[in-house]
Amino acid sequence: METRNSNGLGQFCSSLEEREGLSVLDLAGLNQQTVSFITNQGHRLYSDDFLLQLDQCFGKGNFYQDQTDPKLMDKFLKATLDFPDQSFDGALVWDVLEYLAPPLLSAVVSKLYRILRPGSCLLAVFHAEEREAVTAYSYRIFDQRNIQMAVRGERRPAQFFNNRSLERLFQDFDSVKFFLTRDHLREVIVRR
Amino acid sequence: MWNRKKDDDFGLAKPVAGPPAPSELAKEGIPMSTLPGRSSSSGASSSEPHYEPTRNAVLGKSVIVKGQIYSREDLTIDGEVEGTVELQEHRLTIGPNGKVRASVKARELVVLGTIHGDVETTDKIDIRKEAKLVGDIKTARIVIEDGAYFKGNIDIVRPEAARPTAVPTPKPAASVTPAASSSASAAGSGPAVAAAADSKR
Repeated sequence: METRNSNGLGQFCSSLEEREGLSVLDLAGLNQQTVSFITNQGHRLYSDDFLLQLDQCFGKGNFYQDQTDPKLMDKFLKATLDFPDQSFDGALVWDVLEYLAPPLLSAVVSKLYRILRPGSCLLAVFHAEEREAVTAYSYRIFDQRNIQMAVRGERRPAQFFNNRSLERLFQDFDSVKFFLTRDHLREVIVRR
Repeated sequence: MWNRKKDDDFGLAKPVAGPPAPSELAKEGIPMSTLPGRSSSSGASSSEPHYEPTRNAVLGKSVIVKGQIYSREDLTIDGEVEGTVELQEHRLTIGPNGKVRASVKARELVVLGTIHGDVETTDKIDIRKEAKLVGDIKTARIVIEDGAYFKGNIDIVRPEAARPTAVPTPKPAASVTPAASSSASAAGSGPAVAAAADSKR
């Protein structure tokens, strides 16, 4: 398990400091560190393992081709992001968006926009270097400025993103901020 | 029918003597308890087999309960339960084979099996690595082992904000399927069931 400084997390946490009782969405899957950090600040955490759900829904056939099937897309969205509009005050999306084919990616980002409240933040991570396969991680919050990353295996990303393509991806949001970190990882803070 | 090694892994007491008479287990709605008062100290004659009470009540892995369970003692569920489970002042353990599709209220909850339903505890929830929990959690403390699957909301209720909970009245009898009788007896004691983009850089 690697612990590293995260400017993106620092910004994300700052957005939660204003008051207690906020709702945070974490797509990394259940882990003690993130649960303790968020709940110790007096917030509620909604946890789900987005990658596991992705594998369960699209892992039986052609992973990326199946992600273009409207029925499967709908089923997946209902299983993972079926929340009323403006349900959350923050979303820890981590690296999951890298493994979504363009139609599903667009639907997921659109759904994230709807379920986040105006002014809230979304933290996502993208590989900045184009490679055949990248290391997927399980991300946890260690403290206000540090994240822990546990290797979760190698995965083939659906696509790579540069700053311009990320700005296009989050064009409906209010602002997009980038932090280039070690190992060619790009942290992205998006404000709704 | 009774895997002692597995049960020991999650802290079950071993039954010393044989199971209670089947007639006792088949009666729906009759409270079954492992409280000491009902076994060796209940005035059984010396000719009756010696019966040592276990530390908590157990629903064995082949037990299926549909209905409401209310317990006034610690309970381990290693079978299947659909409905509601309430142990306001006690500890509930969902064993590795346990499948619970119910809303759960307890003082403390240890999950090694599967729960589909909302969970509320006044003290602690302990989610072990093989556990699967889908539902919202409301608790004072939570302990999570890596490997567990959880989907839902976690709301930590701080102790100072927690109000003392009233002891609810026992609910009507649960329906225990015929499959229940064999493993309920296997548990060695009757459970305290008061009812029964651009990609290039």
